[in-house]
Amino acid sequence: MAKRAAPEVNAGSMADIAFLLLIFFLVTTTIEKDKGILRSLPPIEDDTEPPIIKERNLFTILLNREDRLLVEDEEMEIKDLKQAAIDFLDNGGGVNAEGESCDYCKGKRLNTEQHGDRASSDHPDKAIITLKHDRETTYGRYIEVQNELVAAYNFLRERESQRIFNRSFASMLEEKAKNQFNKDEKLNDDIKRIKDMYPLKLSEAEPDKN
Amino acid sequence: MSKFKKKKGGDLPAINTASLPDIVFMLLFFFMVATVMRDNSTMVENTLPVADQIEKLKKDRTMFIYAGKPSSQYSNLGTEGRIQINDSFVSLDAIQSAILEYKATLNEAFKDKIVVALKVDEKTNAGIVSDIKQKLREANALKIMYITGKKKEE
Repeated sequence: MAKRAAPEVNAGSMADIAFLLLIFFLVTTTIEKDKGILRSLPPIEDDTEPPIIKERNLFTILLNREDRLLVEDEEMEIKDLKQAAIDFLDNGGGVNAEGESCDYCKGKRLNTEQHGDRASSDHPDKAIITLKHDRETTYGRYIEVQNELVAAYNFLRERESQRIFNRSFASMLEEKAKNQFNKDEKLNDDIKRIKDMYPLKLSEAEPDKN
Repeated sequence: MSKFKKKKGGDLPAINTASLPDIVFMLLFFFMVATVMRDNSTMVENTLPVADQIEKLKKDRTMFIYAGKPSSQYSNLGTEGRIQINDSFVSLDAIQSAILEYKATLNEAFKDKIVVALKVDEKTNAGIVSDIKQKLREANALKIMYITGKKKEE
């Protein structure tokens, strides 16, 4: 018998099969991006005397085992925490370590001389938020509090960046992240300037062991 | 001027679709490669808390630590929060060595920039987190990130 040419395989349905697989993978793919709140821990130093900080420059937050908040000796709902933190940071009642007063603060400028007990922080540079939680506080609540505090800082930084550079702080950070290989000195300086206006000073006390 | 006359009639030639499978396969391979099958299964409950003031994580220099109560599969281990690194439960004291081990695998440029990502269940006690943080300080891994979900807009 004469050799017959093999009939050509119809490849028309190949595309369909491939599409089917493609759609399967499209649906199941979650390009995972972990996000979260970035923090730096303080390094361990031995036997350093804790610096003396005036009470008015401290914003004390206690978080108890029932997940309730005590802020500056008063009970508070979590939704009010951001505003309270903003008021505290933005107070500008005094001067910073260099003796400059906070000319960009828009707070109430409560100071000890005129307002006594209601006095709040001297300068954002000196303002420290301290957070203490119980061992049995739930982690979810703890993160909520952290989130509110970061939100307070971001709000103030955002405001200053709008005022000075007329653009949002978030967009500056985004641009920096995008161009991480060709460093833009001016942008970095701008970001640093804003960050220095409201430096993030958060101290976390260790929970009591009991 | 017959040179410019059309040779054939007005019928459009059929588009050749022979390369379509190639294109689709290319896309397919892309998604196959980009798909991350979860590489280490969590042995602890892991419902992350939510937040909205969040930053992206740089994956190339990150070590993950999981914590939470053991999941139903491991319920014989009790309901206290446990720490998981890679694929096993570890004690607090093992964190330091795990960090050093991970540091050794890192690229030289990233060694000092190691970020420890904490994936902690939202119902865990915060005490265990502060224990972990204390160990991280001792191990000199000072950058941490609390991994959170994205808060839904209300």
